[in-house]
Amino acid sequence: MSATVAPGQPRASAPDIELCGLVKSFSGPQGPIRAVRGVDVRIAAGETVALLGPNGAGKSTTIDMLLGLLSPDAGSVSVFGHPPSQAIARGAIGAMLQTGALIRDLSVRELVEMMASLYPAPLDVGEVLELAGLGDVAAQRTQKLSGGQTQRVRFAVALVSNPELLVLDEPTVAMDVEGRRDFWRTMRSFAARGKTVLFATHYLEEADAYADRAVLMAHGRIVADGPTNEIKAMVGLRTIRATLPDVDSGALAALPGVTGVERRGEAVVLSCSDSDAAIRALLAACPQARDIEIAAAGLEQAFLELTSEDPAGEAEAEAAAKLLGA
Amino acid sequence: MNQLLYTRLELLRTVRNRRFFILSFGFPLIIYLLVAAPNRHVHDIDGTGLSAPLYFMIGWASYGTMNAMVACGARIAAERQAGWTRQLRISPLSPRAYFRTKVLTAYMMALISLLVLYVAGVCLGVSLSAGGWLGMTGLIIVGLIPFAALGITLGHLFTPDSIGPAMGGGVALLGLLGGTFFPLGQHGFLPELAQFLPSYWLVQASHVGVGGHGWAAKGWIVIAAWTLLLSALAVRAYRRDTGRV
Repeated sequence: MSATVAPGQPRASAPDIELCGLVKSFSGPQGPIRAVRGVDVRIAAGETVALLGPNGAGKSTTIDMLLGLLSPDAGSVSVFGHPPSQAIARGAIGAMLQTGALIRDLSVRELVEMMASLYPAPLDVGEVLELAGLGDVAAQRTQKLSGGQTQRVRFAVALVSNPELLVLDEPTVAMDVEGRRDFWRTMRSFAARGKTVLFATHYLEEADAYADRAVLMAHGRIVADGPTNEIKAMVGLRTIRATLPDVDSGALAALPGVTGVERRGEAVVLSCSDSDAAIRALLAACPQARDIEIAAAGLEQAFLELTSEDPAGEAEAEAAAKLLGA
Repeated sequence: MNQLLYTRLELLRTVRNRRFFILSFGFPLIIYLLVAAPNRHVHDIDGTGLSAPLYFMIGWASYGTMNAMVACGARIAAERQAGWTRQLRISPLSPRAYFRTKVLTAYMMALISLLVLYVAGVCLGVSLSAGGWLGMTGLIIVGLIPFAALGITLGHLFTPDSIGPAMGGGVALLGLLGGTFFPLGQHGFLPELAQFLPSYWLVQASHVGVGGHGWAAKGWIVIAAWTLLLSALAVRAYRRDTGRV
């Protein structure tokens, strides 16, 4: 199976991977949990896309539907023009799922060989072990590996299938800093062969550094989708915190670069799209401001800014609608 | 695709689990020796027409092989908990090939278990014709099919924590009611009930060993019915089992 598409040059035809109107609910103790509420994503061959969102955003559920492990309540999935089951049957998808250990009583090499044997055009097992940094532990039994090594084996299993689409669900969670760097280097070199890569993460830095494009998810929906630098600008918000009593919140909200104001007793917290402009304007307007701190807002807060609807209010509205319907 | 390599590694993996390997053969062997050795001169036990060493050999071989077959469920439960079954589902391994590999490993363990008991039986004076050994073994192999399906079903329904009692209890109950551990006698409710259980027909395979008839039509029907029922349950359990465990 040779690569036919150069990186960064998606085919002009229909999108190669298409998630269309995906909806999925699970039953929970307090009624249904709407994990995914209408997700549309199109990915062209050769793209590296980050699915970015806080925990509970619906990333894993979306990936499970992409892989055919879950069937959507509504919507459709198409992978290279086929339903997921067919794409999987011809070995077009390799995946590293979020949770997972390894089966025991095999050596690392044997386990990777075992999985390679299932695919029509696997990569060379020795080469993959080297790529994944497993050369030294190839002869070790899988039950004797550390958490980081286990993750590498799971990555090797996904790679050895030589897939056209590589799906990674929060792949670096159990890895140390060095392990992460090696991991992403390997992923990049694989993507450079013209492969399509979709990875889920809740780290903005990972999306920024390793993806061409980021799809932002929150509360089961896509809230933004674009080149990573744009997304970074959108969610790379900063906050300014200052002790500033007796100043009207409305006046502060009108300052340039400020998108939101929250008063906490004597202090105010300004959410800023442009903290440089905001701090200059703030000091000009209110020279008495003190204890000033400027900090990068967490991804969670950025998502709250982006998803202007209040999720709690929405849940109440849903509950009311259900009562009326019943 | 290289299914042979896949199957070979799956078999290798099963054999490498030493504790399981030794316990699953050692336990029936020891009990057999304890029960049959003192009775090795009994030529017709409870009117069955079978010598005690032969009767108990088949009884404990049935128990050992039933356990060995059903134990594939324990491996499945462990694989599910590791998330490995989900990994296999997103590979080109077809459900058919998945089941085939599981059944093959189950049979490998069962046949080793059977061989161990045969050797012990011969040591206690069991002496059959070549045709007797083969006919008996053939019937046992057929009679074990429903147990492979039972193991797969349990493996996809239970967690590693709970599958031990489910398997052990299930096999012990089937063994007890099927006459695996001691003859059920000729009359009454128990022998009647036993004929509807697959475990009963495993033990009945012993009659072929001494030149008797194979299973009555009823035996084939009972085994076929259990096979169909449990296979359907296994497929259903496998299909429903796509979530994270």
